[in-house]
Amino acid sequence: MSGQLLQLLEPTAILTQITCGDKREVIERLGERLMAAGYVKDGFLDGVLDREGKMPTGLPLDGESNAAIPHTDVIHVERPGVAVATLNQPVTFQNMIEPDEPVAVRLVFLLALKEPKSQVEMLQEIAEILQDGDKVSRLLNAQTPNELILLLRE
Amino acid sequence: MAKTILVACGTGIATSTMVAVTLAEALKERGIVVDTRQCLAAEISSQLNGVDLIVSTTPVPGDLGVPVIQTLAFLTGIGKEEVLQEIVSHLQ
Repeated sequence: MSGQLLQLLEPTAILTQITCGDKREVIERLGERLMAAGYVKDGFLDGVLDREGKMPTGLPLDGESNAAIPHTDVIHVERPGVAVATLNQPVTFQNMIEPDEPVAVRLVFLLALKEPKSQVEMLQEIAEILQDGDKVSRLLNAQTPNELILLLRE
Repeated sequence: MAKTILVACGTGIATSTMVAVTLAEALKERGIVVDTRQCLAAEISSQLNGVDLIVSTTPVPGDLGVPVIQTLAFLTGIGKEEVLQEIVSHLQ
């Protein structure tokens, strides 16, 4: 599985077992990697943070750990890509459907989307991962980016 | 004729695409073919023409005259069967 996700996942934007003080820090660290690798424009980070404030992306999952899928408008994106972080301590996002409700998140997919229709498979693959509690906990246990990639290749 | 489900999310891009594909697939497994359209939650009221049901991942305004289901089930899997049954009942 995970064909298109693996294609779009930027290897230098996979951060495993990192420690971040808050959601801004994790979004910034991932966004800087996408920026350095040429996926996104200057306004991307501000766009993601702004959107996360107004329309949060925290997703409570069916396990101990939860996820978030921050993203923003296509105008801030040069070419499609994905960055991923696993956190050794959760940071607080807000619930997508109940924005007043905090969600303790340890898995973050930062999405840079250009033409959503051509990235459908990647989005579907991420949704499938989020619905697979066993997969999520194994991803969260990956110690290195390579380990995480191997899990996505399964 | 296939019923039309309007899938709404915050930016009308990533999340609604994820929901639209996983929802359409789950319904297909039950022998139900639907058309899905996507929009921003903020634009819902101007996108209602021909829509039978709205599935949204973000809060939407009150009375739209079309049934609304607010759910994250097609992203997280939690409560998916129950929500699917509810959706199927709206489509019949």
